[in-house]
Formats: sequence, structure tokens, C-alpha cells
Amino acid sequence: MHLYNLTLQAPTAITHAVAGNFSGSRTQEIIVSRGTRLELLRPDVQSGKVFTVIATDVFGSIRSLAAFRLTGGTKDYAIVGSDSGRIVILEYDPRTSTFVKVHQETYGKSGARRIVPGQYLATDPKGRSVMIAAMEKAKLVYILNRDAAANLTISSPLEAHKNNAIIHHIVGLDVGFENPTFAALEVDYSESDQDPTGEAFNNAEKMLTYYELDLGLNHVVRKWSEPTDPRANLLVQVPGGQLATSDRYDGPSGVLVCCEDHIIYRHMDAPQHRIPIPRRKHPLEDPDRGLLITAAVMHKMKGAFFFLLQSEEGDLYKVTIEHEEQDVKAVKIKYFDTVPVASSLCILKSGFLFVASEFGNHHFYQFQKLGDDDNEPEWSSTDYPSFGMADPTAALPRAYFRPRPLDNLTLVDELESLCPIIDSKVMNLLPNSDTPQIFTACGRGARSTFRTLRHGLEVEEVVSSDLPGIPNAVWTTKLKEDDPYDSYIILSFVNGTLVLSIGETIEEVQDTGFLSSAPTLAVQQIGADALLQVYPHGIRHVLADRRVNEWRVPSGRTIVCATTNKRQVVVALSSAELVYFELDLDGQLNEYQDRKAMGSTVLALSVAEVPEGRQRTPYLAVGCEDQTVRIVSLDPESTLETISLQALTAPPSAICIADMLDASINKTQPTTFVNIGLQNGVLLRTILDPVNGNLTDTRTRFLGTRPIRLLRVNVQQNPAILALSSRPWLNYTYQNFMHFTPLIFENLDYAWSFSAELCTEGLIGISGSLLRIFQIPKLGTKLKQDSMPLTYTPRKFIPHPTNGLLYLIEGDHRVMSEEAANKKLQELREQGERIDEEVLSLPPAQFGRPKAPAGTWASCIRIINPVDSSTVNVVHLDNNEAAFSVAIVPFAARGNELHLVVGTAQDTFLAPRSCTSGFLRTYRFVNDGRELELLHKTETSDVPLAVMAFQGKLVAGVGKSLRIYDIGKKKLLRKVENKNFPSAVVTLNTQGSRIIVGDMQESVFYAVYKPPENKLLIFADDTQPRWVTATTMLDYNTVAAGDRFGNIFINRLDAKVSDQVDDDPTGAGILHEKPILFGAPHKTAMLAHFHIGDIVTSLHKVALVAGGREVILYTCLHGTIGILVPFVSKEDVDLLTTLEQHMRTEQLSLVGRDHLAWRGYYVPVKAVVDGDLCESFAKLPANKQSTIAGELDRTVGEVLKKLEQLRVTASGF
Amino acid sequence: MSRKQRQTRPLTMSSELRYTANTQLEHLHARYTGTGHADLTKYEWLTHQHRDTLSSIVGHPPLTSYLAIADGEAVGRVKFEMTERMLQPCGPPPKKDD
Repeated sequence: MHLYNLTLQAPTAITHAVAGNFSGSRTQEIIVSRGTRLELLRPDVQSGKVFTVIATDVFGSIRSLAAFRLTGGTKDYAIVGSDSGRIVILEYDPRTSTFVKVHQETYGKSGARRIVPGQYLATDPKGRSVMIAAMEKAKLVYILNRDAAANLTISSPLEAHKNNAIIHHIVGLDVGFENPTFAALEVDYSESDQDPTGEAFNNAEKMLTYYELDLGLNHVVRKWSEPTDPRANLLVQVPGGQLATSDRYDGPSGVLVCCEDHIIYRHMDAPQHRIPIPRRKHPLEDPDRGLLITAAVMHKMKGAFFFLLQSEEGDLYKVTIEHEEQDVKAVKIKYFDTVPVASSLCILKSGFLFVASEFGNHHFYQFQKLGDDDNEPEWSSTDYPSFGMADPTAALPRAYFRPRPLDNLTLVDELESLCPIIDSKVMNLLPNSDTPQIFTACGRGARSTFRTLRHGLEVEEVVSSDLPGIPNAVWTTKLKEDDPYDSYIILSFVNGTLVLSIGETIEEVQDTGFLSSAPTLAVQQIGADALLQVYPHGIRHVLADRRVNEWRVPSGRTIVCATTNKRQVVVALSSAELVYFELDLDGQLNEYQDRKAMGSTVLALSVAEVPEGRQRTPYLAVGCEDQTVRIVSLDPESTLETISLQALTAPPSAICIADMLDASINKTQPTTFVNIGLQNGVLLRTILDPVNGNLTDTRTRFLGTRPIRLLRVNVQQNPAILALSSRPWLNYTYQNFMHFTPLIFENLDYAWSFSAELCTEGLIGISGSLLRIFQIPKLGTKLKQDSMPLTYTPRKFIPHPTNGLLYLIEGDHRVMSEEAANKKLQELREQGERIDEEVLSLPPAQFGRPKAPAGTWASCIRIINPVDSSTVNVVHLDNNEAAFSVAIVPFAARGNELHLVVGTAQDTFLAPRSCTSGFLRTYRFVNDGRELELLHKTETSDVPLAVMAFQGKLVAGVGKSLRIYDIGKKKLLRKVENKNFPSAVVTLNTQGSRIIVGDMQESVFYAVYKPPENKLLIFADDTQPRWVTATTMLDYNTVAAGDRFGNIFINRLDAKVSDQVDDDPTGAGILHEKPILFGAPHKTAMLAHFHIGDIVTSLHKVALVAGGREVILYTCLHGTIGILVPFVSKEDVDLLTTLEQHMRTEQLSLVGRDHLAWRGYYVPVKAVVDGDLCESFAKLPANKQSTIAGELDRTVGEVLKKLEQLRVTASGF
Repeated sequence: MSRKQRQTRPLTMSSELRYTANTQLEHLHARYTGTGHADLTKYEWLTHQHRDTLSSIVGHPPLTSYLAIADGEAVGRVKFEMTERMLQPCGPPPKKDD
């Protein structure tokens, strides 16, 4: 078995984000790391929308990201710390729109190791040096400088190691132009490792240490080290240093040390200032819980600065420092607003705040004000004795604020993020869809969502209106060449033409010069200010003064089709003749003296737009009934001569020539594509050679069941092609590459570009008698998401086999269920406490729920109708029970009546796993599954993490045991048990009497149920320990599984063993076989192995295109969706493996990770070709492409075609 | 405890240094924290394993997210608690029988 890995949806989580002027212009951009990808986002200051400029797979894991700017420079660079053991400095090149690796310095081994730097990065604010640190001991300092040619240089590393020290955080100190200094938060463990009494551990001090880089002596010294709060976790840089122009200090310098419940201002030889972190005044708050700051950002404005710190609850605090020159007078804190808990915060100078959420959609806010003059209480260090440091070991009195809806910020844009995908199913449940949808349970806590993903571009309808009849076609046109917007909408009916003018309202106009008594074939704004109408009996050239020049078709013939551009008109007559017109310099339309007989009825015609600065386009494409397409010259030297011919498999229904940019073919110039739509719904795309007019590189694609109609439109200022068949498709250029994606919209019969003041970038289409104006808001996102909110973190869901509903279980740890919360509130009320109802009624989706102690759970079962994404019903669980597994079981003992079984546990603790009791709740479906009736609860000794239907019974993984239950009157009845699983059963799959069991830590077991003896026996297992997260059976003997470290692997059992086990009626043979390696008597063989870099949460064997082959689809925690496609021929395996090898040597990884080592992170990669790497072949420079293609004995076009074909046939993407 | 006191206390070497002292290995062990040797005690080995694991969890973003979702805590909190636990992941060392 050989597989080809393709990512359909790259990870959507953002782990780090930094803002800066990366393109060197005045606009600020944001570089985000999506774990294994780097993206450059550019916010549009006017509209407040965020666009992705480029996205690059780095084939490595990004662990830290920082931006810096050399003194006096205008451009920011990005430094990436990763698991490659290398420090990489990246520059964004706006000309080619790529990240360029400026420097790559190796300092250690690869992998996320304890003492290899890469985890933390800190830069000097003046851009003179950078520190890169590990989790323990190692800290390296690099000096950054310019050489004579103003290029960035990097020094060899200077060590600032400290043995036996665990590093919590590092930050660059703002010291102006004095020696660069870094602050580190470290704990020394050497003494607590030696002290059996545990006293040293209790007394272990967290040290704030300054490391100074002496630029003169070129070495790093430990300058200052003082103990600080033992629960400190984060350092924030405080501005300092003198301005170059004046003697004034920017700030006091030093750091803010964020600790649990406190923030301390610290600097060498300066008094400390301590303030409390204000807490929410929530009646259900857990008073024993500390509060941490998890994200921070500092913003400098002219002569002032402030900090936004975010607590783990999502509350933003504004911290300000009052200072006189270098002396701090007071540190103040106040509540600012509440936003989703962020992994990174970025403030842009244009007044925006980017919140990269750790889970769920990322938010982009605009500052309305800075919270300067509101009534929020403020806490200052001067309110406390000795600035809050009278007794550093004692906590300050707690400060409380009332959370409230957004006041200082407004949400202007949202970036969709699937992260985390916890479970998914691939099914075709929506009506009128021929491809399956991916249903995903996403998100965490109150921000959880259930999303339906469909392949296609999102369409936003602006207007839709009913027309009196059913039009055949629609056009829009400007009146003059330089009009900004369209003025007319022209609708063609069977027996007439209707002209509408676009103004304040859209209304019919009469005196346009257009013939209204006949249908229209083509409309064109021609020349500087004239209009053109082609109708079956002639052509009307309407001049600006409403004079009409008319050309009439010779009697007995009609025009069957026409094509036009700004200067040329070609019509085909029913006598199979072509007539060519061209605009002369006086604006007169002249007919070419000869007509060309084609010999076969012409079905379609197309000319390209006139190239800029030219008189005409030299080629005409003619599609004839004899199943050919001919390229005919329009050059004055050889007018109407046939140049080339292409045979087709069916009569053409439409042709469209368009010049579009595709960087895989030509990096700089648009390529001329001839798109040919056939009557059987197949689209051919060929490239027209601009020099000799030959057609090359044909690619085919099946679009739908109806004859194709092709239209040239403009989407986001670029030419695009709309292809209409049984569903509409758009062919467009995005980030320099060509994409072909269906639109998620109803069938269109005809469409055209539409541009008006209110909708500048729209499209207009007709479907039946409806006229619809719509636009495509987001290019590039190929999966459209429809989401519905959930209450708690989703865990698993299961589809009902007949009624089309989904049953989803949700559960949140450290959250009080509604019942428990109400009970506690009642108690408080009885005690006479005043309850702040306003705070209680704040929406949890924005504010989260108050954190409760460990072992507290809130959970529910939700019934979802996936067709309209709505909740049908919710069943809340009581008694601190939480649901962990769900199955729909047809119990044979009840005549195969379906039952819902939910595995729950009460008072569950996670580590070590424990519960007071597990339960199997059995529900009956009532009211066609829209309601549930609890039949009974069956107690279990451990948490039932997996349940599944099995031969009319239930099989449950309860802790370390696997059991089969049958239904009884008051309980489920245990029939058989096998207690030999090493850690815990987490996944179950079955075929026949075989059960595939995924163990939490010890990989996949093959078990069999032998009814005669009533035994459950393990007969095969894996030789490697694997922390299984998801499994699926590929066939009777083969299983695909994902593990917790981001690997995906396939295990297969020997067919002989399989037969032998099946032939043994009692299982006695298995029982008495000798175990191998203290395990089962048989071992599975690993067939394939691949590291994805994201934790697989679900696996499915599905066909994604109608009639296509089955592929393995996986979803991952950080939002990755990918597929593994089995290769069909040995030839493909050889070709793609060789291509992959060549691509590896190109060293594409932006973080400097070796590709082979990355894909074989834990186990060497086996029998999987990385399609993402292969597809980056399209991004290589042309000479490299041809060298590699030469090595493969192919042309570049053939290689690209093969790559596209693999993607399209497997996924349709 | 004051800093001074800590410095004047006689330096008790970890078993690593005790057994590899005056060999070339000493240098390597000092350089590559976590490297084992023939006389490694069970406690030391376990502590190394835990510290390696904890730093690996913090170093792999999907793993921290995974734990954060399971536990219902913020990612920042999970990272902090993991790093804190690196100080003494397996409890105090066993008493030495002298």
C-alpha cells in the first residue's frame, strides 16, 4: 500500500502572532504561525477586514515567533524558533510575495527538546540582538547588525547558559542604546533534587535575572539576579531608554512580572510596585483559585505607553505606569474589556487589536477609546503600603470588578477557525448535493460550535427579484469605456429584450437604441463610448448620440452565436459562416471582406479581451458541431486562416478564452487559457501558445450533468471564469495560483459581472425567473462553514441510521452544571448574600463560565438536525455526571429496536483517572428520535470511554476492560468481559465478530468474540506502544489510526492468521497459543506511517467525489483536514516518490527543518508521499521546475497535470 | 533562606557528577543535561523522563491544546503548570542510607 497525503484544510489555530511593517511600507501587517504554517495577514484599515496575503507550509513545528527592526530601518524582520535546532530570520519580499530566509543558523539538535533552544525568543527593542532559549539551561544570544551593503548580519551565538535552571519566560529589556539586556524568569532545581526532606523544594526561589550583552567585549554577563514571586509566569517589557533627540526618558525600563493574582513592576536598583489582578465579582467564583495573566501586549504611542494584559478568563486589563523620568511613581490597573482567551495579542498603530484565540474564531477589534475616562475602578500600587511590597509573601487584598459587554472595543472582523475539531463525520445529508459534507464538532467551552463544511466558495446574495418571464441571458454594460460602474442591465427573453437602468432604483428604460423586439445574443460596450447589440438578424452599433448603425444578416440566415470584445466582433451564421468585424480608428465597425465557411455548424465562439495597448487579439476559438475546436487567426496578415485544431469527445457548448495568471505556468505574465465546455458537462482547459496559436496541456474536469456555459467575469479586480453546469463553478486566481471551486449557490442559467456603487464587485445571474445579484466575499477558503452554537465542549456524536438526526454529547471539566449552579445560588440567597443578577446573565459565549474546582462537570446530550443546523432537543445530565461516549444500538433482545447508549461517569478526575461511578445510560427514541426517554442506568466501575453496537448487543470499553452487554428490564446485563487491556479502551471498531480496540497508550488490539464459548479473546496486537486517539477499519484485516503525537499509521494483520482465528470455532487455539513479547500471540505489521504535526481526532474511509475512489479522511485538533489517497499504479508511486525526493533537496522548509526528519518525527515515514511538498513544485522557479521534470522524463506541464489530477480525482478540491 | 547561606553550603554532587568526576564524561554530562550513565538511580532516571516529557508537552502546541481541552483550563495555565512541575516532577528524592 502506498498513500499520498494531501491537506484539504490547513490548520486554522494560531499559536503565535506578531505585528510589524514586514513589507516595508507604512501599513502594518501581522505574521501568524498556525503551528506548521506561516501566514502574513494584512488588515484593511478602511473596511476593517483581514486578508491573508500569503500562507506557507514550513514542514516543521513553530514554537516561537518574534519581530525586530534594525535601528533606523523601516522594515521588520521575523525570527522563528522551531524544532529544527536552527534560528531563522525571515524577510517578506512584497515583490514576489514570498517569505525569504535571510539567515539560518544551526545551534543544536532537532526536535522539541528540553535543553535545545527554540521555545522562547526575545529581541532587543532596538533590534541589536536576539536571545533564544530552551525550557531548561540553554540560552543563546545572537548579535544582529548591518554590513557595509546594509544587509542584515548575524553573529555566532554567545552562551548565557545556567545549569539546572528551568526557564519560565524571557524578554528583551528596553534600555535604549545601552548594552542590550534580557530578563529571564528561572528556577534552579539542583537543591530540591538533593533534598529528601522537600524543604529545598518548598523554598525554591524563582529568580528574575538580567543578562547583559556587552557589545564591546562581545560576551554575555549575568548582571543582576533577584528572587521574585514563586508563582510568576510571564514577563512584559516596559519601555525605557532615552530619546536620541532629547534627554527625556521614554519610560522607566524594567519588566512587569505577571504572577498568580499579582503583577509586580521590577527593575534593577528600583523599588518594586505590586498590584493585584482584579477578579470578576461573580457569585459562583471559586475563591481558592488563582488568576494568571496568559497574554500581554505593550503599546507605545507618542510620549506614552500602556499595556493590555489578558487573564486566563479572557478579561483584558489596561495597565499604566506613572513615572518621572526613570522613577516609577505608581503602577495602575483597570478592567478594559473581555475578549476570547488569546494565544497572542497584537495592537496595530491604526487602532486595531488582533486577538488570536487559542480556540475558536480569531477576532479583529477596533479601539473606540482607550478606557481613559470611564467609571471603571482603578487600582494603583500607591494604594498599598510600600507600593504593595510591605509583605511580598502575603497576598494583597483582592480587587473585584464587574465584567460588562464590550465598551472600548468593537468587533470588526472574524477569522474562522475550526480549532479544535474534536469529532467529525463525513456524510451526504443535505438535499440537492452530490458530494458529502464534513460535519465537525468544534471548539471548547461556551464558544463551541457544530459546523457543517461544504466544499465551495461562500456566496453572499445582495438582491434577488422576480422577473415577469424567464430570461435566457443577462448582461450588464457601461455606457463609456471609462465609466466606473455599469449603467444598464440587459435581459434577453425568447421573443424580446428588456433594458433596465441602474440608478437609485433599477427600472426599465426605452430609448437606449437597443432593439427590444428580438432576443439578444451579445452586448458589448465597444470603442470609447458606443454600445453594441447582436441579435439573430443583425448587429446594432449604438453611437453615443443614439444614432444606430445596423448590419443585417443576408436573408434566409440568422446569427447563431457571437463573441465580442472592445474592438472586435465575430458572429457565426446559420450557414456555418464566420463574419468578422473590427473597429477602425474612427470608431466605425468594418466587416472583413471575406467570410469563412467552417463546414460544420458553429456552436460556440470566443475571443479574448484586447490586450492593453493593442488593436486586436489575434486568435479566435470556434467550436463546431463536428466535435472540434479550431483556432482561427484574426491577424491582418492571415485573417480567418485556421491555425490549429483540437478534437473533442462531445460537441462543445461554450468556449471562453481568458488571460489569467497562474504562477505554476508563468510567474510574471498571465497565461492565455482556452476553456471549452462540452455538452456532457466536461470542461477542458488548454493553454493557447501566444506565438504560434497551438493548444497544449489539456486538463479535463467534470462539472455537472448539464451542458456547460462559460462566462468571463471579474472577481476582486482579476479576470475569472464562471462555469455554469448543474452547479456553478468559479475559476480564479488567488495568491498567484489558479483555483477551481464550486460556488455554494443555486443553479444559475446565465450570469455576468455587475458593478454598481453599492456593490462594486458583484455578479448578476438568472435562475429560472429570478434575477439575483451576489458577490463572493472570500476567495481562497474552499470549505464553506455553517455553524451553530453549542453549550459545552463537544465530545462525540453519532448519526441516527434512519431519521437523519445527530446525537452529540457535550461535557466541560471545571464547569458547574446549571443545576448545581442554581443550587449554589439558592444557598447563597438563603444565606442572605446579594446576588448580582446582571453578572449572572452575561452571555457565556463571550465571557465563559466561572471556573470550578477539578472534578466538577457540566454535560448534556444534544439532538441536532444537520440539514438546517438546529438543535432539536437537549438533555442535561445531573449529579455531576459527564458523558464520554455514545452509541446507537439495535438490541436484538428487543426486536432490534434502536437505543441510544451514553457512557457517563460521576465525579470524574482526569489524572489519575477516577470516578465515584461510571454509568451506561440507555435511552429509547421517542417521537421519531426527537426526544429521548431514559430507560435505565447501569453502573460501571470505571469511566466508559468507548461504546459501540455489536451483533445486537452493546460492547463497552470500561477502563481497562472490554465488556459485552445485553439489554435487561432494569439494567444492561453483562455477558462477557476481557480485562487484559493495559491502560484504557478509547476506540472501538467492528466487522463480523472481530472487534478492533484502541488502547489509550498501547496501540491497537484485535479481539474476537466466540459465541459458543462466550469468550472475548485478544489474538493480535501491535509491537509498538501508541497513544491512540482515533481509529478506523480500512478492511477486515487493516486498521488506520492516529496517535497523540501527531502521527497517522496503518496496521495490517496477516491474512493467514485472520483465517486461522476465524476458523477456530471456540477460540481454544488462541487461548493456548504462546504469547509473544508478553502480549498477544500474533502481531500486526505496520504498512504506512506519517507524521502530520497535528493530533488526529477522527478518521474516516469515504469517497469525497461522486463515483470516486475511497480515501482516508482525517481531521485534527488544530483544524487540519486532510486525506490519504491510495495510489492506483506502481508508475504513479515511482513518479511521485522521485518527485518528493527532488523536492526535499530543494530545502523548502522556512524553519530549516529537514523534511524527511519532520515526516518521520517519531517513526521513520513509511509508504506515504507528502502531497503538500509535491504540490509546492508549482511554486519553484521555472528553471528548477524544468530540471526536476527532466529528471522525471516528463515535461513541467505533465508533472503539474499529474499533481492536479491526483488532487481532483481524490477530493474534487 | 538567604542567598549567602546557599553558597556556603558544601556542594553535594548529584550521582551523575559523583561517578563521572575526573573523567571526560563529566564534561559531556554537564553539557547534555539528562544523559544517563551506569550508576543512575531510579529516581534520577524518572525525574529526567518526566522533565523531558513535560518540556516536550510545552514544546508541541497541539499537545498543550489537547491537555487544555481535556482539563478545561487555558493553554497558558497548562503551560505554566507543566513548567512548574518540572521543578520536582516525582516528589522529593529518596533518603540516602549513609
